[in-house]
Amino acid sequence: MSDLTKLTIAEARAKLDAREFTALELTDAYLGAIEAANETFNAYVAVTHDKARAMAKASDERLAGGQAGALEGIPLGIKDLFATEGVHTQAASHILDGFKPRYESTVTANLWADGAVMLGKLNMDEFAMGSSNETSYYGPVKNPWRAKGSNTDLVPGGSSGGSAAAVAAWLCAGATATDTGGSIRQPAAFTGTVGIKPTYGRCSRWGTVAFASSLDQAGPIARDVRDAAILLQSMASVDKKDATSVDLPVPDYTAALGQSVKGMKIGIPREYRVEGMPEEIETLWQQGIAWLKDAGAEIVDITLPHTKYALPAYYIVAPAEASSNLARYDGVRYGLRVPGKDITDMYEQTRAAGFGREVKRRIMIGTYVLSAGYYDAYYVQAQKVRTLIKRDFETVFADGVDAILTPATPSSAFGIADQEMAADPVKMYLNDIFTVTVNMAGLPGIAVPAGLDHKGLPLGLQLIGKPFEEETLFRTAHVIEQAAGRFEAPKWW
Amino acid sequence: MRLAARFDRTFIMTLVDTRTPDPKRLISGATGDWEVIIGLEVHAQVTSEAKLFSGASTTFGAAPNENVSLVDAAMPGMLPVINEECVRQAIRTGLGLKAQINHKSVFDRKNYFYPDLPQGYQISQFKQPIVGEGQIIISVGPDRQGNFEDIEVGIERLHLEQDAGKSIHDQHPTMSFVDLNRSGVALMEIVSKPDMRSADEAKAYVTKLRTIVRYLGTCDGNMDEGSLRADVNVSVRKPGGEFGTRCEIKNVNSIRFVGQAIDYEARRQIAILEDGGKIDQETRLFDPNKGETRSMRSKEEAHDYRYFPDPDLLPLEFDQAYVDALAADLPELPDDKRNRLVNDLGLSVYDASILVSEKAIAAYFEQVAKGRDGKISANWVINELLGALNKAGRDIEDAPLSPDQLGAIVDLIKNGTISGKIAKDVFEIVWNEGGDPKEIVETRGLKQVTDTGAIEKAVDDVIAANPDKAEQARAKPSMAGWFVGQVMKATGGKAAPQAVNDLVKAKLGITE
Repeated sequence: MSDLTKLTIAEARAKLDAREFTALELTDAYLGAIEAANETFNAYVAVTHDKARAMAKASDERLAGGQAGALEGIPLGIKDLFATEGVHTQAASHILDGFKPRYESTVTANLWADGAVMLGKLNMDEFAMGSSNETSYYGPVKNPWRAKGSNTDLVPGGSSGGSAAAVAAWLCAGATATDTGGSIRQPAAFTGTVGIKPTYGRCSRWGTVAFASSLDQAGPIARDVRDAAILLQSMASVDKKDATSVDLPVPDYTAALGQSVKGMKIGIPREYRVEGMPEEIETLWQQGIAWLKDAGAEIVDITLPHTKYALPAYYIVAPAEASSNLARYDGVRYGLRVPGKDITDMYEQTRAAGFGREVKRRIMIGTYVLSAGYYDAYYVQAQKVRTLIKRDFETVFADGVDAILTPATPSSAFGIADQEMAADPVKMYLNDIFTVTVNMAGLPGIAVPAGLDHKGLPLGLQLIGKPFEEETLFRTAHVIEQAAGRFEAPKWW
Repeated sequence: MRLAARFDRTFIMTLVDTRTPDPKRLISGATGDWEVIIGLEVHAQVTSEAKLFSGASTTFGAAPNENVSLVDAAMPGMLPVINEECVRQAIRTGLGLKAQINHKSVFDRKNYFYPDLPQGYQISQFKQPIVGEGQIIISVGPDRQGNFEDIEVGIERLHLEQDAGKSIHDQHPTMSFVDLNRSGVALMEIVSKPDMRSADEAKAYVTKLRTIVRYLGTCDGNMDEGSLRADVNVSVRKPGGEFGTRCEIKNVNSIRFVGQAIDYEARRQIAILEDGGKIDQETRLFDPNKGETRSMRSKEEAHDYRYFPDPDLLPLEFDQAYVDALAADLPELPDDKRNRLVNDLGLSVYDASILVSEKAIAAYFEQVAKGRDGKISANWVINELLGALNKAGRDIEDAPLSPDQLGAIVDLIKNGTISGKIAKDVFEIVWNEGGDPKEIVETRGLKQVTDTGAIEKAVDDVIAANPDKAEQARAKPSMAGWFVGQVMKATGGKAAPQAVNDLVKAKLGITE
């Protein structure tokens, strides 16, 4: 039997239907790969070996009984941010030590309802705060990609670093991820995988540990565009338990694949040409433009004038919400408790020990910007900027633009424990420069691999769409994928 | 006990002086008269099956932590979803307060740490409440002439917010326990304008507000269960002068205590000012055992709550048709009912006010008065029934007499079967033993004697037995009353008083 872990979800699903192998065999193949390589990558923080095999057996029964779901028998990794009943759910934080919820997030419940198999929980930046997966309490995740001729370990990006690395290293067929400022798209770009952040409200946030509620959105990271479409199809739903989820039917995303982009208007925002951006990012962008033009799309230059304010405004809004969302981790009801001499001391000791540096930094920033006397100057201003950013996009879409093409990241993956980034958090924050606008506007955005840089590391392009037009993104990303080909990390582990 | 600190709030509210200083409400101090300025923030628990943002039950008296959902316990990843019933109740209350209903309002997070606040924030409404300005008419009195005065108290706003849980400190030597049953229960915070000028007015305000929400069924108003509690803002000033610095007395949980707290606090502030001191803006607690207020937290120690719109909740929006439908379904409110009782049944304002003061009393009265004389019914409900209930320390809900039984007594009076005096005996019998008043009157021979022959005989007997008194009465007609009394006594009170009166006068030859 060939290596089952190399199959895409679509391929594996077809072969399961054809009884070429069983769901249990597929799951065992992944469990074997995880056992062999997880120590190297640190992608999983918990492997649900027995649960995975039990779910796979149940899938085999359903396959035999002709009741197979869309994801029947497909082994997936789940970001540690999603609540999974009875299973490790800690947002990769010390403060949630030992927390195993009695409930299942809506997104994962949707996946299981479609027959998917859970392999375990994936590493991530603590509370999804980071762009390198280095803020995890469980330590950094390694990127399966290395620069040509180098043994230096690189970051997989973040915060969904475990998800991206696991998908790229064949440790799961696909993974759930979340994106608050670029946490799906940047790691996808760093690992040669496909990641989509759907429109805000497309996936329920119920049961997903909150970072910044108005920005958080779940989405998949997958090997290719089709797999991403298949996964999102299952993850997306309206949910009466989430007041911000939107009641719109989930279309058949895979139906959009292979459709022509002829006549589509693709906007190229001039503000996304940032200072110090490597030449090869620009080259990649031009290549993407050329591919879409060749496919019959119309390329138009557009302006999104408030782009430069997006990152600073994001770093007010997101920490503000986070400072409040993370107040519940107080040692009273669950997770870590460090005893103190009184209640206030217990809070302080618990939170001091339980949160990592980056999380504390953001809680402090958030607390500051919401404080009396600063609220208007920071939070209110940032919300105004947010409105302007949203309006920028609305104007462009009203002018007939169907999707916007930009680079996904300003660079390829960087080294673990990068000195420059460690010294200056803002350098790390700049990783999200092309992605945060999308969260601020609540729009869908997809990162699709488009080439390798001079070091042989993957680079991605980003497509931004109109609200709830994920189909347009899949269709267009598929065209780029067809032109660019697929990118696999050369196996060194 | 519940710490009130968590409901601290300072609205940016423009203080408008709505009242002319009235000498009869002033407090005299050593340096002259002082005027006390009072504003109230009342927290009223919304009557609803489920909590404001979760499906957990709101039943009072459940075992600790029995009514707690994942949302109430702030488990990771849980989200609030608004309970529409609470929204309806808030709008209905707003309509009852003749207030502006805001078609768009926003839920904000009020951030602070406390063990019985699992989320680390309370979801409340800060800048855009669901209900804006309204008013309550309170009735204060009676004064020496027996008159009542209607005073209009402005409502600043009403907003929806979550209640906190309860910390219990007396169950363990070193630990505190937390009961989250109340966590997330919907409260309406109803903020008055600083329009009250005496403890009596403040008490009348809370009483009236409670009456209104009880009529509406939007809050049960049970202060001893914590369903209704008041934060009392008190300041003093020289009559008509600038507003003074206020102190806020937290979580006062009975109407009597509201009055005591204000009286104490006003005196305290006056004493400080008259000694040349100044008032520190602070939060205070009322100690019912000592009857005094004491400092809890100064302005400097006040929390910075870092309000911001809750990103988990969309703005609350509804249209006028939604409000209109609720308005159409509103029950008759106490002021309207009072006016109707005065205008249609001819009751005095005083009697009508008593009858409408509680929804249950009004309902009882209306049942008695149905198809009967309003005034007699009112007399019997107010003087006999309420008097007896008061004496027995019972509520109208468990009155031993049903409205139908009392109504039957009224009927017996009205059709002349029994006199008012006998009726009181019948009332007492029914109160103690129950039964059908008509039957009691029959079986116990309490029927009024209207047979003039029998009465005439009794009159003749009394006159014959008292010839000298008869002589006097002929000279001084007001003496006739004595004979009436004797005849009534002789007939066991059953003789129709009017008939006795007429016959006594006729027999004695008194013409006027």
